[in-house]
Amino acid sequence: MASRQPIDIVIALDQASIANNQADLSESGIIVYDSKILKQAFTGPEFLDVPFVELATKDGGSKVMANTVATGAVLGMLGMDPSPFEDVLKELFLKKGQAIVEQNISAARRGSDFARQHCERCAFSAAPPGRPLMLINGNRAIGVGAVMSGCRFYTAYPMTPSTGILTYLAGKSDDYGIVVEQAEDEIAAINMALGASFAGVRSMTGTAGGGFALMVEGLSLAAVTETPIVIALGQRPAPATGLPTRTEQGDLLFALHAAHGEFPRLIFAPGSPEQALYLTNKAFDLSEKYQIPAIILTDQYLADSQWTYEGLDLSRLICEDHRLRGERPASLSDDYKRYALTDTGISPFAVPGDIRQVVIADSHEHDEEGHITEDPELRRRMVDKRLFRKLRSLRSEMAPPTFYGHPDARTLFISWGSTYGVVREVIGNLQEQGAAMLHFTEIYPLPGTDTFDYVTLLTKAERTVCVEQNATSQFARLLKAEIGFSCSATVNKFDGRPFLVEELLEALHVYLD
Amino acid sequence: MSTLTDFEGKTPTWCPGCGNFSILRAFKQAMVDLGLAPHEITVVSGIGQSGKFPHYTRCNAFNGLHGRTLPVATGVKLVNHTMPVIAEAGDGDCYGEGGNHLLHAIRRNIDVSLFVHNNQIYGLTKGQASPTSLAGMKTKLTPHGVIAEPLNPLLLAIALDCSFVARGYAGDLEHLVGLMKAALRHKGFALIDILQPCVTFNLVNTYGWFKERVYHLEPDYDPEDRAEAFKRAIEFGDRIPLGIIYRNHRLPMEERIPLLAKEPLVRQAFARGIIARTILNEFY
Ligand SMILES: Cc1ncc(C[n+]2csc(CCOP(=O)(O)OP(=O)(O)O)c2C)c(N)n1
Ligand SMILES: [Mg+2]
Repeated sequence: MASRQPIDIVIALDQASIANNQADLSESGIIVYDSKILKQAFTGPEFLDVPFVELATKDGGSKVMANTVATGAVLGMLGMDPSPFEDVLKELFLKKGQAIVEQNISAARRGSDFARQHCERCAFSAAPPGRPLMLINGNRAIGVGAVMSGCRFYTAYPMTPSTGILTYLAGKSDDYGIVVEQAEDEIAAINMALGASFAGVRSMTGTAGGGFALMVEGLSLAAVTETPIVIALGQRPAPATGLPTRTEQGDLLFALHAAHGEFPRLIFAPGSPEQALYLTNKAFDLSEKYQIPAIILTDQYLADSQWTYEGLDLSRLICEDHRLRGERPASLSDDYKRYALTDTGISPFAVPGDIRQVVIADSHEHDEEGHITEDPELRRRMVDKRLFRKLRSLRSEMAPPTFYGHPDARTLFISWGSTYGVVREVIGNLQEQGAAMLHFTEIYPLPGTDTFDYVTLLTKAERTVCVEQNATSQFARLLKAEIGFSCSATVNKFDGRPFLVEELLEALHVYLD
Repeated sequence: MSTLTDFEGKTPTWCPGCGNFSILRAFKQAMVDLGLAPHEITVVSGIGQSGKFPHYTRCNAFNGLHGRTLPVATGVKLVNHTMPVIAEAGDGDCYGEGGNHLLHAIRRNIDVSLFVHNNQIYGLTKGQASPTSLAGMKTKLTPHGVIAEPLNPLLLAIALDCSFVARGYAGDLEHLVGLMKAALRHKGFALIDILQPCVTFNLVNTYGWFKERVYHLEPDYDPEDRAEAFKRAIEFGDRIPLGIIYRNHRLPMEERIPLLAKEPLVRQAFARGIIARTILNEFY
């Protein structure tokens, strides 16, 4: 479920690949390289010299096929059936013609044969193939979740690590009926998405911290106009450009507090692609039901990590239309009011053009129809409607955290979002020693305690350690602010690299008796 | 058939004599003439005196943020492209705060009609210079006069090959009604820069100032001649042309999206069951 420190196989196409990785090589690890490319031969049992270029060019192939040879060599080292790889090569090079396909396939075979013959310490072997599994990353799972939730409009300005959602959906536009537009900037993206949502379809945008900073005024606009929108916010280490292609959980409090004014919002932080699928669905459902913005908080690690699954159950997804469209508006009274004051705070949400009355959204404080007002009493009632009435029922919509580990754990490790896999794996190793974890994916508003009283659990634990991929323990701060609970210790990592199993094991071990 | 009373809204808070009154009047007349009903159109506006526009008439409306009319209007149009979408913006709103969106709306050629209430001043915030204020104009913030040269929106639009570029004048109501109708009938992005005297904060570009300068393009003027259009767009001094200065036949954005060929997105059914059967296949 998570990355580990030791490396089993390094394909070294330059000197740096050796220098950077040799120290982390596992006991039986191997560095595959070509002494001609690196202009140096290495001795030692961990080195396997495969003439990538020579094998690539043998029957008229080109030097660029050295990669294919190297991949073939690894398959040979693992004793794996080459045919799936050959299928990939066929698909990949089909456009370049049969000759290139053939040359690549024979290059792969030569690499494989060479490695089989020459690898002296190839101790690993691949498990026999079973049923094919799914392979999906966080971004694509969000994309699937959006499509299956009936998202019909996606617009974004490219920014790592969320570009993958834009790319996935752009490729599905015609098949699944989604308009996908690359906006001129993030300000345009969120405003365009709000226009689309106002006009009657579920819409979404995605970005990283820097782009989200530009969207902030639009977030406030979504709130006051009560226009549903889902925003995927993929975190990466900042301030500013930071480490653009690395990972961090540094924007939780930003996502929570961003935008002027007081209004409710939803924040979900999936811990795996599977959770990303279901939480994207939940974000769409609740955002539309309550007419508030929903943020899906991921990070580079989750966005790009590939997970395997037997399958994902799409029948669990909810898709209820909370708008008044088509025939339904016939029941409306003559004086339709977009912001009618109701007990729940939720006003009837009509699609413009579907009814004979007009639909008015306004960024000012407004009356029930949507017209500008300065009336103090109306202002008070609108805040009550938008904020307090909705918040009242929102909390009960949020699912409690996941508990895993020793049932009477003395030490409780708290985590959220993308660290789910690594923390769970480590707790699996430590539960005998009295460790357990509490993992949060439904972050804001914090879930109620009716179905699972996690607050009592926290208060009763002897030690509570909050594990976060950031420097300032932002989730621990959220717990303090929302439920008045202080964690007794924190574990933080903020070098832009995901937690590795070994290092987290060592870091958490300290807190056990 | 709609009538002017169908488009009756709240009472405007604009200053007596404000050019916005005739823009509002022209708008209502244009809608009635085109046979449109309030629920059949959407007006998107920003923030400024101009931004209050949709509250003073009756129609579907999204009164959003300062500068952001065009992205919102683009989103609305892409979702419901059979609905006429009109963006009402101020000169500060659209040429300053939201300038970037103008460039890209023109490039996309989204079928939105943009009516800019160009009073060459920030009205709502009480008289600061706008991107179209003439160089040298004295304001509270520029006691020595505006240093920057004014933006020429028409020239910019023609340079970007905007598919409909016109100038109207709040002091010439009938002509403005005609322009608005032409803009709404035009398929593609249509910009009408409307000269709008601000009787309170712009004491330079007054009704009198305009009266001496504005003229109608000649009946034989050919708006499809781009070189001539550039010449007329440059004219903003002793003489200021009114009318459709440039027009072309670029396909609007919605017509270039295959998905929207049949019916508006908002009316397309979501084939959930069918999609569910295949969507995960590519991941195995
Ligand atoms: C982000 C943002 N910045 C500044 C303002 C303040 N503001 C509101 S309208 C405006 C300028 C108005 O000028 P213009 O767009 O020309 O509209 P007019 O009032 O002249 O019609 C300014 C600066 C704001 N509302 N939002
Ligand atoms: Mg102005």
